[in-house]
Amino acid sequence: MAEQQRPTGLGKAADYLDQRTSIGLAVKEFARKVFPDHWSFMLGEIALFSFVVLIASGFFLTMFFEPSMALVRYEGEHPASMHGQLMSAAFHSTVDMSFEVRGGLLMRQIHHWAALIFVASIVVHMFRVFFTGAFRKPREINWLVGAVMLVLALAAGFTGYSLPDDVLSGNGLRIIDGVVKSIPVIGSFTSFLVFGGEFPGEHIVPRLFTLHIFVIPGLLIALIALHLFLMVLQKHTQYPGGGRTDKNVVGYPAMPVYVAKMTGNFFIVAGVLALMGATMSINNVWNYGPYDPSPVSAGTQPDWYILFVDGALRLMPGPGWEWVIGGYTLSMNLLIPALIVPGILFTLLFGWPFLEAKVTGDHREHHVLDRPRNRPVRTAMGVALLVAFVVCALAATNDLIATHFSLDIFAITWVLRVLLFVGPVFAFWLTKRVCLGLQRKDRELVLHGHESGRIVRFANGEYVEVHTPLDEEERWLRVNYDSPAPLEITPLTDARGVRRKGYRSDRRWQKVSRFFYEDRVSPVTPAELEAAHSHGQHDTIEAKEPTGAGSVAGQRRRR
Amino acid sequence: MSENQNPPAGTSKDVTAAPEAGTAVGPADRFPDPGVPEHKKRLTDTDPHAAKRAERTVTILFVASILGTIGSIVAYVMVPPDGTTSGVRLSTLLLGLGLTVSLLGIGIAGIHWAKALMGDREFVQERHTLATQGEDRETAIKDLNEGLEDSGVVGRRGVLKGAFFGALALFPIAIAVPLIGSVGGDWNISQFKHTMWKRGMRLAIDPSGRPIKASDVTVGSVFHVVPETTEAYRETHDWITEKSKAVVLMVRLNPEDLRTDQSPEGETWSHEGIVAYSKICTHVGCPVALYEQQTHHLLCPCHQSTFDIADSAKVVFGPANRRLPQLPITVDDEGYLVAQDDFAEPIGPSFWERLK
Repeated sequence: MAEQQRPTGLGKAADYLDQRTSIGLAVKEFARKVFPDHWSFMLGEIALFSFVVLIASGFFLTMFFEPSMALVRYEGEHPASMHGQLMSAAFHSTVDMSFEVRGGLLMRQIHHWAALIFVASIVVHMFRVFFTGAFRKPREINWLVGAVMLVLALAAGFTGYSLPDDVLSGNGLRIIDGVVKSIPVIGSFTSFLVFGGEFPGEHIVPRLFTLHIFVIPGLLIALIALHLFLMVLQKHTQYPGGGRTDKNVVGYPAMPVYVAKMTGNFFIVAGVLALMGATMSINNVWNYGPYDPSPVSAGTQPDWYILFVDGALRLMPGPGWEWVIGGYTLSMNLLIPALIVPGILFTLLFGWPFLEAKVTGDHREHHVLDRPRNRPVRTAMGVALLVAFVVCALAATNDLIATHFSLDIFAITWVLRVLLFVGPVFAFWLTKRVCLGLQRKDRELVLHGHESGRIVRFANGEYVEVHTPLDEEERWLRVNYDSPAPLEITPLTDARGVRRKGYRSDRRWQKVSRFFYEDRVSPVTPAELEAAHSHGQHDTIEAKEPTGAGSVAGQRRRR
Repeated sequence: MSENQNPPAGTSKDVTAAPEAGTAVGPADRFPDPGVPEHKKRLTDTDPHAAKRAERTVTILFVASILGTIGSIVAYVMVPPDGTTSGVRLSTLLLGLGLTVSLLGIGIAGIHWAKALMGDREFVQERHTLATQGEDRETAIKDLNEGLEDSGVVGRRGVLKGAFFGALALFPIAIAVPLIGSVGGDWNISQFKHTMWKRGMRLAIDPSGRPIKASDVTVGSVFHVVPETTEAYRETHDWITEKSKAVVLMVRLNPEDLRTDQSPEGETWSHEGIVAYSKICTHVGCPVALYEQQTHHLLCPCHQSTFDIADSAKVVFGPANRRLPQLPITVDDEGYLVAQDDFAEPIGPSFWERLK
């Protein structure tokens, strides 16, 4: 319709479509829709685009992969190490597609790297969302959708890792079997359910294949659609700055800037993954050989996102942690690291937006992001979690650390056991202090301005350093935030001495709230700035600054 | 001050109910918003030469992408993998590099185009409160109520409602029962407690399947052992599953180094310093494969559980809780090592019914 006055090819096509679909309405709504700009908003895009690469390269692989555990003999001459070996059809087809199919190995390697980057970008994206408070109302649901997608991404990674049926992935499955068996009451049955009988059986590869190429990606696609729909509906968050409020959105229009940038970003992500697939070999299954329950190679690690569970398994001391209760065996040495630790992690992850809203007493919509320093406890919690994750991941590489640095593996394990408890607490304390320090620095800057490095001597011999005040934009960034105070609760009894219900629960929440907000630095108010200025007034007037009254007011005596 | 975006907590409970409540703290407490910063022109906005240059760069990048695509096709035709590992690597490298240039060319060109040549003015658009407002909200509530009213079940017809929800909740069972019933095979979890080892079964070398004579086992040597079976059986799935439980690690120690083993009073489970222990870790079931001769320690490469072979394979470090079960062995008339019996306890990781 809009193109009627210029009957170009595009205009005609648009008109044809519009006559039949009223697509004009969608164009009107979305073509010039504004999206805020920041490099960190790209992280989620990277996850999305690596998922697209996964689908494309995965499609290629399904053309040649045979999801069967039927035993066959490898008759091919190359690689020589595999010649004449008995192996599953799954492993056979994996070697085949690497050696016989042109571009097969490239696609396998791109697929594996894309999977690693996919999970990594999801995790980094979630940290961005977490540290900037983008999960607050109205985005709690989208946070949950994202967290579910993280779980699905891990499941996708794991099911894919196990498909080639090589020694490495077979031992990975065996570890899963061991963990599953430790589940109280239903563990043994769950193991049978997973493997269709005893480990390894002959069903697990086709089952994982169905999950890997149908169920999990299907769910992921549906959730990605929901995730993006909610993002567009709620409009993207924006970083604080001049003119950016909770009631507007400042940025560039979807067409043409975002279309071009996103398309460009997709091709860059795909290009980098292609480069990785071309130059960095990964998972050379023919070096490991087909799965055999007896051999195992030392110094092998799972894909990075499983490292923390594997590390937790390694750190947990065994003796004394297997309890027999009424004749039934309860393996706490497995349950704690493999189920309880990830359980705590994901409970925190899923529950955080609701916990924070509760202790903040906050029901408002937030569209302007937090600077991480302005929420010291949240930021510190995030860093503490990260430290715990890193300690566990390091623990999963304790054998490599031992061999590369010639250290005693038992000593490393003990150090990491201690660090797992001390590290996060220290990181929490340190990060919180750093945040509060940065907030104080912000106050200091707003109140007193930047040091100019210019020393002025007065007639009476006194020296002062001239401070230049912040310009409006810079000041706005440092004063425009919320510093919530701990919750205030209604007293136990009202004016007539009548006790009320729910007081104890309120008091408990107040305690949690104090943990969050007891230490706080309030933003500078205009009144405070005024006071700070008048404080330095008598010096600066005498200094007779040539830069004008405005900046004179911003100076103060340097002691 | 109407754009005062972050009123302190407590002054405003609900942005939808009272959009202006944030201003309750009073203007004097807040600095005014300086507004969106002034737009700064780029070099390509002011200098036509720079714009031309950027245009040229973008064009060159697209051309590079086309060349990359052509390059990868050339690589496909000219450098087929010859079957050797290095041949496969070369083919992978060339195909991949062509693809990389082809993709990165488009990507970098797109970004550069957007950043240097497309409009870079920032726009401001209003956000709308997400909650439905005013008349829309009232209509929605009215419609919902009318719909419920028409259904005729609000507050009455309890039995009907019960039957409805009951039917809905139950029908998946008709699918789930056959699925779950079949998906676990025979559900015979007592299999976890037994392996294929039997009285008199010979110990054989993995993977060749050759039986082992006691006299061939020298002090300090390590054998990866499986039960002796037929060649044909070793090519079945059954074998892989049985082997997963039956693999054994056998070591010959100096008899004086062997402090204890697991044999009960009055029995001997070892033979002249030869001891055989389950190779399946009691932690999560990895094959325990690293044997250190000096210390007689057996280390699991997966999670570093460490067992002392000279001392009944008890746990000396790591996340395993239980010692490795011992396979009772002896020699037969021909001098071959044979099992006295199956393991006395279930091998491998713990499970709920392990001791039942």
